[in-house]
Amino acid sequence: MADIRNNFIGIKSPNPFWLASAPPTDKAYNVERAFKAGWGGVVWKTLGEEGPPVVNVNGPRYGAIWGADRRLLGLNNIELITDRDLQTNLREMKQVKMNWPDRALIASIMVPCVEESWKAILPLVEETGADGIELNFGCPHGMSERGMGSAVGQVPEYIEMVVRWCKQYTRMPVITKLTPNITDIRKPARAAHAGGTDAVSLINTINSITGVDLDSFAPQPTIDGKGSHGGYCGPAVKPIAMNMVAEIARDPETRGLPISGIGGITTWRDAAEFMALGAGNVQVCTAAMTYGFKIVQEMIAGLENWMDEKGHASLSDIIGRATPNVTDWQYLNLNYVAKAHIDQDACIKCGRCHIACEDTSHQAITNMVNGARHFEVIEAECVGCNLCVNVCPVEGCITMEPLAAGVVDQRTGKPVSPIYANWTTHPNNPMAKVAAE
Amino acid sequence: MATGHFIEGIAGGRLSSEQYADNFSDLHPPLDHHEALVESDRCYFCYDAPCMNACPTSIDIPLFIRQIATGNALGSAKTIFDQNILGGMCARVCPTETLCEEVCVREVAEGKPVQIGRLQRYATDVAMSEGKQFYKRAEATGKSIAVVGAGPAGLAAAHRLARHGHDVTILEARPKAGGLNEYGIAAYKSVDDFAQAEVDYVTAIGGIDIQNGKALGRDFQLADLMRNYDAVFLGLGLSGVNALRADGEDADGVANAVEFIAELRQASDLSSLPVGRRVVVIGGGMTAIDAAVQSKLLGAEEVTICYRRGQEHMNASGFEQDLAAANGVTIRHWLQPKRVIAENGKVSAIELEYTAMSGDKLAGTGERLTLVADQVFKAIGQSFVPAHLNGSAEAIELEGGRIKVDAEGRTSLAKVWAGGDCIFGGDDLTVSAVAQGRDAAESIHRALTSNGRA
Repeated sequence: MADIRNNFIGIKSPNPFWLASAPPTDKAYNVERAFKAGWGGVVWKTLGEEGPPVVNVNGPRYGAIWGADRRLLGLNNIELITDRDLQTNLREMKQVKMNWPDRALIASIMVPCVEESWKAILPLVEETGADGIELNFGCPHGMSERGMGSAVGQVPEYIEMVVRWCKQYTRMPVITKLTPNITDIRKPARAAHAGGTDAVSLINTINSITGVDLDSFAPQPTIDGKGSHGGYCGPAVKPIAMNMVAEIARDPETRGLPISGIGGITTWRDAAEFMALGAGNVQVCTAAMTYGFKIVQEMIAGLENWMDEKGHASLSDIIGRATPNVTDWQYLNLNYVAKAHIDQDACIKCGRCHIACEDTSHQAITNMVNGARHFEVIEAECVGCNLCVNVCPVEGCITMEPLAAGVVDQRTGKPVSPIYANWTTHPNNPMAKVAAE
Repeated sequence: MATGHFIEGIAGGRLSSEQYADNFSDLHPPLDHHEALVESDRCYFCYDAPCMNACPTSIDIPLFIRQIATGNALGSAKTIFDQNILGGMCARVCPTETLCEEVCVREVAEGKPVQIGRLQRYATDVAMSEGKQFYKRAEATGKSIAVVGAGPAGLAAAHRLARHGHDVTILEARPKAGGLNEYGIAAYKSVDDFAQAEVDYVTAIGGIDIQNGKALGRDFQLADLMRNYDAVFLGLGLSGVNALRADGEDADGVANAVEFIAELRQASDLSSLPVGRRVVVIGGGMTAIDAAVQSKLLGAEEVTICYRRGQEHMNASGFEQDLAAANGVTIRHWLQPKRVIAENGKVSAIELEYTAMSGDKLAGTGERLTLVADQVFKAIGQSFVPAHLNGSAEAIELEGGRIKVDAEGRTSLAKVWAGGDCIFGGDDLTVSAVAQGRDAAESIHRALTSNGRA
């Protein structure tokens, strides 16, 4: 049986599935239930300064988009950090950690961007026995208007500065949570790294409006006729999050910096993909908020089964395995040629491949052959774009088949070269580094 | 004393009122809003969609389903009505399993087609319940057209002609409009007086005057219509019922299935409708199934369909056959009626002969079978009765015993078009009648407005 025990920057948990700092981790009651269900760790809902807690809106906090059967595809929220008293949270955290010593318990923190504030809260958190802290530089709504959350996360200099304070004032490991609401995720990651962070976690939620009520012309969620952008999460954000994880994992300046992957993780497969791209563990929120804590059972069993099947003994066998395969476009092999192939036995003749190719691509798929409805790739036109594969409703019906070296590509009339050659050496590239032969 | 199913002879009141209500409730309950969204999401929006090509009225099915999926049920209904103004009834009675749903790529792929018929009903129900009218009449042309028969073909023709600004008079022999939608078709396929509601919806466009109780050949002649109107559309349907050609078929208890179905559709109290304890239905089409299933639902103890050929030859679709079986009807094949046996003038049994193919001809084998029966329904097809046309004008050309028309629905007589079951070459489907009525109307419109004649 595969060993899925996780050691993330020295913080141990029985599995790599943590609950992200969010509504599900706001109080002992929820966290106790999560641990009973099997979650490996939690990042407690973000703590603020001592004093009167923040207040939340009393109308809808969430918006969503759905598939046809109301399957939740993306969730948006305008909830702020915990609206409970700091001391209450600290007391509960301490008790929960005592009750569940084998589970990871991380404190998420967001206080004003001044040294005194951080210096004041860190000892209080340390006293709970928490395994580490996560700096919330990601929250994109409400708190950012007050100079916290993503307002800090969007300024690399602030990130570095705050991380430095934290490393100075606590012995606890520091995870810096990054906002995706920036143009280049590597910059804040590098800043956190420079400040001495032990890890980064990403992504936090993405600025979003989930819908507009077309009767009242108000954005959703709507509070008394108005709406504000909220943080977007759930399955829809996964591709964006995975790219950001990979960018940090392969950046020469941050390579090796531990990453806690977050963003739309719903199944064991999502988690495995994040870890393959370089995440040392994962954090989950929307999936739990949609289905309840029990989903972790599927994640644990699924990950174990897959690892057993593939012969991966422990998480270190999979973490970062895909990172070296993430590269820049300019290094992709331009001599690699693939053609779409339609399995006629699997084809149900819906014609979507044809119309997608005909209307929007390269006119490389028939719809009629000898008077009969028939969909077949015209290799002389096919550029191998993969659109037909993506629009085909039958999995495995259309496949991309690489042409072997030496085979003539009917589109270009030239044999496929066995030699790797990319844009940097291509004759059409005015900046080509090496002249073509 | 025997009660319920076991009352001997032909009797009513076999069931409780709850059982009648339950037995004759909607065969396919309507999809609710969420179900419609989920089902519409199953549609792949195929290119050059097979379903659309299989529809006799060529409804743009992928488009109307996509409109449901995007929350535009009214737009969806318009897409349907653009091609088929009786889309509501067709959604209920079309044998979709042999038309659109048979060729749905999901039927091919997984044996579970998108439920096109139920989605069509969903969209048309929304529009009709709101009384939403999509079409305005064009400016009046001053032309008037007579439509004979208020069935699907006649109604479709009338609506399209009215849209084009012509005035339409429908002459209908029966007390109500709707044709087979009103008088044919099993009751559980058209509940809540839907046929009448649809007639009202279709005629709400205006310019359509329905005159009931007017029969061709009795109350008026074709020659009158040709003289008094700019064009005539004949949607006469089939008024003849084929005989069993069995001895003793005039015994009490032998009835035409179509009349039984019509009576059932018009009955205000189903318990008053008598049905046999042991019913035999002769035939293999939809009418046979409708009569047999409804006999069972009225409380008959045993219902047997006897068809003279094999299962693969039955006109009734596989779905209809399964429906019959699920309701406890026994379907027997390779049996033809020879003799109705009567006691005191009333049917007591029917003698049948086994059949087999002899070369490419069907022949009796000589082996006989007798089934106890107190009621026998004839459902071996209906025929066109041309007598009403004869003598009232110059003879209209027939083909295969029905009216001969060209691709546009033109008969051999100038100014006279025809469509629906009365024409040769059709498939006796409601949806085909609608297509023929619609297309004939377009042909009439072209004829009346070309060359400055309008």
